[in-house]
Amino acid sequence: MELIHIGVFTVFGLLYLLVLPARWRTWALFIGSILAIYWLQPTLNIRWLDYSLPTATLAISVLGWLITQQPQEGGAKLAREDWVALGVMTALVLSLTLTRYITIPVELTSRPPETWQVALCLLGLVSVIFALRRRPIRTRVITVGLFFLVCLFIVLKTDGLSRWLSSILRTQTGQDVALASSIDIQWLGFSYVAFRLIHMLRDRQNGLLPNLRLREYLTYVIFFPAYAAGPIDRVERFSEDYRHVGMLDGNRANFIALGFTRITIGLFKKFVVADSLAFFSLSAMTFGQAQSTGAVWVMLYSYALRLYFDFSGYSDIAIGIGILFGIQLPENFDRPYLKNNITAFWQSWHMTLSNWVRFYVYSPLSRALLKRKNKPHPNVIILICTVSTMLVIGLWHGVTLPFALWGLWHSIGLFVHKLWSDRTRKWYRELKQHPRLLQLWQVTGVLLTFHFVLLGWVWFALPDIEATVRAFGMLMGAVR
Amino acid sequence: MRGWEWLTESRYTLLFVVRVFIKAIVLFIAANLIFAIVDPIPLIGQISIYNLFVPGRERLPYGESSAAYNLSLNSLEAMFSSHTVSRKKADNEFRVLVMGDSSVWGVLLDNLDTLTGKLNAASLDIRGKQAEFYNLGHPIMSATKDLMLMDYGMRYQPDLIMWLVTLESLPYPKQIEAPLVQNNAARVQPLIERYQLQLDVNDARFVQRDFWGRTLVGQRRALADWWRLQLYGINWAATGIDQLYKDYEPRSNDLDTDISWQGFTEANELKENTLATDIIKAGTQVVGDIPLIIVNEPIFVADGVNSDLRYNFWYPKWAYDRYRAIMQELAAQNGWHYIDLWDAISPSEFTDSPVHLTPQGSAQLGTLLGDIVSEWAATPN
Repeated sequence: MELIHIGVFTVFGLLYLLVLPARWRTWALFIGSILAIYWLQPTLNIRWLDYSLPTATLAISVLGWLITQQPQEGGAKLAREDWVALGVMTALVLSLTLTRYITIPVELTSRPPETWQVALCLLGLVSVIFALRRRPIRTRVITVGLFFLVCLFIVLKTDGLSRWLSSILRTQTGQDVALASSIDIQWLGFSYVAFRLIHMLRDRQNGLLPNLRLREYLTYVIFFPAYAAGPIDRVERFSEDYRHVGMLDGNRANFIALGFTRITIGLFKKFVVADSLAFFSLSAMTFGQAQSTGAVWVMLYSYALRLYFDFSGYSDIAIGIGILFGIQLPENFDRPYLKNNITAFWQSWHMTLSNWVRFYVYSPLSRALLKRKNKPHPNVIILICTVSTMLVIGLWHGVTLPFALWGLWHSIGLFVHKLWSDRTRKWYRELKQHPRLLQLWQVTGVLLTFHFVLLGWVWFALPDIEATVRAFGMLMGAVR
Repeated sequence: MRGWEWLTESRYTLLFVVRVFIKAIVLFIAANLIFAIVDPIPLIGQISIYNLFVPGRERLPYGESSAAYNLSLNSLEAMFSSHTVSRKKADNEFRVLVMGDSSVWGVLLDNLDTLTGKLNAASLDIRGKQAEFYNLGHPIMSATKDLMLMDYGMRYQPDLIMWLVTLESLPYPKQIEAPLVQNNAARVQPLIERYQLQLDVNDARFVQRDFWGRTLVGQRRALADWWRLQLYGINWAATGIDQLYKDYEPRSNDLDTDISWQGFTEANELKENTLATDIIKAGTQVVGDIPLIIVNEPIFVADGVNSDLRYNFWYPKWAYDRYRAIMQELAAQNGWHYIDLWDAISPSEFTDSPVHLTPQGSAQLGTLLGDIVSEWAATPN
């Protein structure tokens, strides 16, 4: 989100709270979110893609909704409301193609394909819906859906594969294949959309997913304040707020006060603090120019703080805008750099992502290992689950060796901390009798944890192993 | 909301929200009014992390590349506060300010290879004091810009000033072309009046800020530039980079047949008063009692096609010869300490323009000027 997006969303939030009749609010969220995902999508080099990617998000989400419908006699049933929602969505998607022919004041999407081409694709989607609506949805279909999402995710997050996809798309559009690059396929929000869809598919498999109408389901998946960078809400929590947006009127002042405060704090964090720190944060370029150990340390501290202020500021803005629309998104950060151990750090850094992987990677894996006949030692189970979980978090940022090593770095930290806290529990309890010592211990813990996380960011900030090894060398005082 | 209890536990009313908005608007208007009345930009410009938390810059900020951690800005206060010249002068320091254009600033040269870098490396002892040379060159060809910087630089207690000039800085139309000059009307206009320069004090190119232009909103660019300069200070300290050294196209050795220069075509058209020599005269007055050495800086002398007509792609021979003659005459008439080094550096030591030097060329010039300064210092007053 750029400043213009934030400004417009804030103004619309005020109108939504103060002017819009309560009965239209869920429709406003639905229509607003559809238009917003086109507007937020950056312009891409491949023809039609900045229109096609949000459209694909909608199509995948509709199919996701269809296969997560509660099993009923005779298959999934589409209520009248669902057909209306589908009709509104189709009308909006088609209307956006008209920007090829007419100029509107706000460019929601830059280069849509021709209307008839989109109409044909949408007809295909509606046919699939017709075909599926009378058939009972089998678990196998959900598994296929999960597999598809994970594969798509891997393709988009792997440089070589996304370049390959880019060259295919360039061939289709008659563009120069030699210019194919992974940045051609910058699918805004897909990481978050995929996690929300996987969450619902898995919950459907486990019988935990509440019954949702298409409009509610789609609004949850593409809710515009959280579309680009989270937080990753849980659908049952989102639904609770969503179903009450018609009843905000007695509380409008609080929503405005809270929303504005969070947006203002977020703007300051992101656009003043983080953007200032960005000037001298660690990157391949600045590291290549650093002249001394001290300089690399300054760059690394700056990187760590920038990352926090940028992401937590963004989360504040998303939460603030969400509040203006009556949806209270979950918190994503809780002073993570002030935690005195690495486990507490991960309970307070990008909390919605950590919770997601805990639910859908750590817990199922540990349950599966515990159910085995030849159960491994509990510590081995913890190690396997921690490494797997942290690798998922690492690779979620991009399928590269440095991100994997970053995940491994944190999993080692978490595992060592687990062993340490198991062995020192009694000693720690006794330490509580000595407040001064306890305080000293906690301060030491904060410093150690912060610096452990800080050194981990080296993997995150630099693009290859050679650079990270050199960076660690310089941080430890070795001459370049 | 965890951590947000201070905010969420209160109950607000729409009236409260409206009051907050009104107060915010009033504060915003008040801040803008105060800003417009007080005009704190010069004061803010003097606040600097340079020479305090990070080393001072060795040349004035200039450039538009974020990769070089440098920027062009218009606040002389901010520019000089970021420079080593604003350090406290040591008791045993003999302070020499070196003024000039891009050749002094050191385009394509590392700080150690600039003219002042080379002069400082020589560790000259002048009248029992350690000579420190400060690079106050700025890559714009305008004698007026030099005069303005020199006038400002006088507050840094120089013991000697060296001013490197060339013909390209002297056409009148060029004097107020630079944004740095246009945006410092309040400094340049008094100089025009005081020294009765042949420049229009009401030139439309001078940027006069109206009331709105002086508000916080109107001055946001100046504030952002100042802030960016401070942030780049950390990069400067960490990397020592203030310029991108990229491949360049070497100055041409083969030249055009056109022998006009700035609209002039004959030597007799170029006179003392058709060149901005009055600005050089003003420079000799601005410095007051401080000694000033004026140097005609070395130029590239081509030997390729049409080199019988032109010295290089800037200068036809007739125009440059005439300029040198005028400068010699003026120096003799006014008793200036004037040195003409126009052909002192071998043509192979010029890079992308007729005045930009290689590190070796810069070293040669440094040695020459070092000798001149030592000789001057040895001469009784």
